[in-house]
Amino acid sequence: MKAENKELPVEVMELQMGPSHPATHGTIKFNLKLEGEKVLDCDVEVGFLHRGFDKSCEQATWTQVIPYTDRLNYASSLINNVGYALAVEKLIGVETPARCQYIRVIASELARIFDHLTCCGMAASELGAITVGFYMIEARETIMRIVESLTGARLTVTYVRIGGVKHDLSHDFAEQVTQAFKTIRRLLDDCDRLLSRNRIFIDRMSNVGTISREKAISYCLTGPILRSTGVNYDVRKAYPYLVYDQLAFDVPLGTKGDNYDRFVCRIQEIEQSMRIVEQALAQLPVGSVWIDDPRFVLPEKEKVYNSIEGLMHHFKIIMEGIHVPPGETYFAVEGGNGELGFYLVSDGGGRPYRVRVRPPCFIAMGVFHEMIKGYMVADIVPTFGMINMIGGECDR
Amino acid sequence: MPETSTILDTIKEKLGGKVVETLQFRGDDVVILARQELRESFRFLKDDTRLRFDFLSDITAVDYWKKKEPRFEVVYQLLSLQRRRRLRVRVPVPEDDPTVESLTPLWQGANFLEREVWDLFGITFVDHPDLRRILLYEEFQGHPLRKDYPVNLCQPRVPELKVEGTFVDERSRNKLLRLKHELAQKS
Repeated sequence: MKAENKELPVEVMELQMGPSHPATHGTIKFNLKLEGEKVLDCDVEVGFLHRGFDKSCEQATWTQVIPYTDRLNYASSLINNVGYALAVEKLIGVETPARCQYIRVIASELARIFDHLTCCGMAASELGAITVGFYMIEARETIMRIVESLTGARLTVTYVRIGGVKHDLSHDFAEQVTQAFKTIRRLLDDCDRLLSRNRIFIDRMSNVGTISREKAISYCLTGPILRSTGVNYDVRKAYPYLVYDQLAFDVPLGTKGDNYDRFVCRIQEIEQSMRIVEQALAQLPVGSVWIDDPRFVLPEKEKVYNSIEGLMHHFKIIMEGIHVPPGETYFAVEGGNGELGFYLVSDGGGRPYRVRVRPPCFIAMGVFHEMIKGYMVADIVPTFGMINMIGGECDR
Repeated sequence: MPETSTILDTIKEKLGGKVVETLQFRGDDVVILARQELRESFRFLKDDTRLRFDFLSDITAVDYWKKKEPRFEVVYQLLSLQRRRRLRVRVPVPEDDPTVESLTPLWQGANFLEREVWDLFGITFVDHPDLRRILLYEEFQGHPLRKDYPVNLCQPRVPELKVEGTFVDERSRNKLLRLKHELAQKS
């Protein structure tokens, strides 16, 4: 009681953190109400990167939307490509050949590793563990090299097409992956030794930004944030798409739902993703990477340049777009940050009538005020870091 | 699939007149609901032991301008975490009275999603705790995802706002002024 009386009366201070703040890697603004250093309330302002994704998609053909999806979550653009292509294929009612499905799984998992390494590396380096940040960026670079050799681009890849993928894997792809995974495992071991029993890191992460299981469900959270509270929901297991039901992998779960659990979930998911890629490469069937359907697939260049039918075919697909039957559908894949869903409406033309993305990190930002209430200003940094908000996806 | 049809049958049986139509497309179960007492309908979908659609995945809207009557449709994606099933609920909303009951009391995550729908489509959610623009700025005119909003419309630049309660460090400002003054005197 005595100690309480000694406390000085504190004035409530309003502080605006952002939109450009070095610790919030992404353009976002927190309107904070502070009592000393304690956060009383936090109002999150998003939308600084809004560029009208939905409206732009309505102007483009179904194929032209794919480059737009790259710019959603640019840390895992391959997953966005795959999710969009699968949604359109579901609306058309076709299925790609087995080899294409395996390649899409491999591409998605490489992107997931990339996403988690970015998130964990940045979060650790913001807490002062800059060595870990560098190690993880080195690990990320190995993935980036593979993605570059696979797609020809490092970030905005546009690799997946409706009805296939741009081209097949290169002949030394498996070898590259083996080498890269060796490096990543070594680096992650080092990071583990640097962080797992590190007093400072655990103090900053453990029991901070806690969210209960009921709240996580009520706030529609998915991905590592939901799984860190112990809810076993992973789209890859719950609604297996592509060939995930033929691959063995575990879903890492947390118990407390704090930042440390989220971090551990992500790190363990990297290992699981590597397992998936290794299995998929071992099982990879031979065959075509395109569906055998001229309505959706561009003709070979040889036909385009040497025959009038080929040229017309090419022209029709490029200028009018592929024709998707009227209807609406929702298809979700497991993105790096959670359920990445595409809700598509077609009116039967060559352009989408409506494209809606369910952005996992936009929804996660809706719960941020609950996560941070009662904690210190400094706790915003790791909590925000573990949500892994990507401006391109959050604000669209 | 007999199992999925029982879901739709259960919903039809229980909600009766509120169900406009049930349909299946590409393996998705879709229910078109009337917007009257919408929250009660959703409470039933959430709590009924046979359905248990306890997870709200997404809220969005579609504008069927000059294509369909009523003009708007608010689309809800529901999910049953235990039963591993999805359900899509579509709610038609007329143009002259674009209001729907808010689902924030059932799922708090509906807060951000409904704000976004209000921002981009101009559909009001009754009983929403804090219905403000979220992706766009307060001064923005109109709702851009409506089909009658032109793609290339430019809006005037908003003058800089004077935000009340902004923390300005007077000492550093004075120091800067003094330094500038000193520099000017030297040269």
